[in-house]
Amino acid sequence: MTAVTAKGKPVKKGFLYNMSHYKEYYIMLIPGILFFLVFCYGPMYGLVIAFQNYYPLKGISGSPFVGLKHFKALFNDPFFVSVLKNTLIISFYKLLICFPAPIILSLILNEIKCMPFKKFAQSISYLPHFVSWVVVSGIIIEFLSPSRGPINILLQNLGFESIFFVAEPKCFRGVLVLSDLWKSIGWGSIVYLAAVTAVDPTLYEAAEMDGAGRIKKIIHVTLPALAPIITVMLIMESGKILNDSFEQVYNFLTPSTYSVGDVISTFVYRMGIQKMQYSFTTAVDLFKNTISFILVILTNYVARKTNDYALW
Amino acid sequence: MKKKKNNDEEIASVRKRKRSREDWIVDGFAYGMAAILVIAIILPFMQVITVSMSPASVVNATGFHLFPTKFDFSGYKKIATDNNFWHSYLNTILRAVIGTSSGVLITIMTAYPLSKVNLPYRKGLMLFVVFTMYFSGGMIPKYLLIKNLHLTNNFLVYILPCLITGFALIITRNFFMSIPGELEESAKIDGATPWRVLFGIYLPLSKPVVATISLWYCVHHWNSWMDNMLYVTKSNLYVLQYVLQTILTNGQTADMETMTDVIIHTETMKMAALVLSLLPIVCTYPFLQKYFVKGMLVGSVKG
Repeated sequence: MTAVTAKGKPVKKGFLYNMSHYKEYYIMLIPGILFFLVFCYGPMYGLVIAFQNYYPLKGISGSPFVGLKHFKALFNDPFFVSVLKNTLIISFYKLLICFPAPIILSLILNEIKCMPFKKFAQSISYLPHFVSWVVVSGIIIEFLSPSRGPINILLQNLGFESIFFVAEPKCFRGVLVLSDLWKSIGWGSIVYLAAVTAVDPTLYEAAEMDGAGRIKKIIHVTLPALAPIITVMLIMESGKILNDSFEQVYNFLTPSTYSVGDVISTFVYRMGIQKMQYSFTTAVDLFKNTISFILVILTNYVARKTNDYALW
Repeated sequence: MKKKKNNDEEIASVRKRKRSREDWIVDGFAYGMAAILVIAIILPFMQVITVSMSPASVVNATGFHLFPTKFDFSGYKKIATDNNFWHSYLNTILRAVIGTSSGVLITIMTAYPLSKVNLPYRKGLMLFVVFTMYFSGGMIPKYLLIKNLHLTNNFLVYILPCLITGFALIITRNFFMSIPGELEESAKIDGATPWRVLFGIYLPLSKPVVATISLWYCVHHWNSWMDNMLYVTKSNLYVLQYVLQTILTNGQTADMETMTDVIIHTETMKMAALVLSLLPIVCTYPFLQKYFVKGMLVGSVKG
């Protein structure tokens, strides 16, 4: 009898009891936990050098503490301010164009009733996702070449000068945004397409009864069904506003486009790895990561308050 | 019989009447946009392939290069003699195989205990994992850490720092949680240890999710080059994408060991190298696509 009540209630057991009782499970966890501890939390501990004058030979324990010196230097650094501006502008364009594009694509694909064509379009659109940014930049730069690129040839045929898009500061951000779109639109649509196909067909029938045409059905049935997943994706995306894509920008960036295309991560790479200003660039990283983290928490909070869909 | 036919005709006529102007517009727009997208994605690939197999006279001429008119495979021939390229290809295959297999092993080993609802401290451990998905130390602290661990110029730097990802871990855990617990209970009554349960019962049932995360890890390893750029300076450890990058940006690869042969890469050779690096992805893609998509959908289920 007592055993049953003891089993019915969750009983708090001591640490040692837990460890010995679930020993094999915890042993299984060791390599994974060790990985996260060393390669994810290790660098987080390394963030303290943002508050130090770090000397590689002295290490973290031996380097002098300087407080917020590097953060003050950060905002007085004209390069950093322009880099921050570039990052924000590029992210804003990406959010404006690359975020809604997969949603629209999923709506478009949902309207296509010819299955072979739909499957074909999907397969083709997913392909660039599996190609590295090194290769994508190679392909795009070739495609935009002033002498061989189809766009430039069309421009020439229409009587304009051909443009070296990748090296032209005016077009560079456009190249970044559109190449990101080219790479990610198809893959991004998968999640939305799954949500679209999960919509209860009776909802469409009911809408049809009420005289809704296809556009009305998209607006009043499909889009509301997508709202939760759009919210979740938007929260995840908000964390990336400062987390520019190093892999992308680095492969397109040339000194002629630094003024418009140099972003936080490429700046950190140049100043940190190449010029060895470790403490200063760590301060940049800490600043960036903290803002990103706060943004995710904040958008999640707002999403939870305004509607019921949130990440956690 | 006749009545039924009438009925059918009636339905058909209703259907026909219902194909309004709106339908035509929506269909036209949908098919048109999808076709434009497909063309926009294929055209750059076509140009790369065409340039890679054209003679210099054609490549340097102004005009469209979307279909090859004259064939010349000298670009491929020259790349084929570039030992750096093939050595890096081998390194990439090696890291993809070792990295993927060890990554998958550690992922399932970590995911299994975390899928046990009654495991003490499970919530804390999950938070420990999830936090790393939203906050990281950044490039410089990681670089210094790797340096202090003496992983620079070491093949292990391609494996260890990107061993598993929090996202793959959570997806695997979610999949394990969907496996009915009775299977495990009965095995335990027969005296099976957790290790036996994991590898004897869970693993054979988890083929879809294992396939998915293997493909993710494999693609990651195939496409990565940043770890090479940051942590490796020895040319015999270079990976494919990094060598490709130096070919594309500098137009040449120097044989670092001897510094004697500097191979100049022409436009055709660059494109031939690109095509060669794409080949494995394009060849396996049609067969593997469904696993990628499936995994993406498993992943969209909240963790």
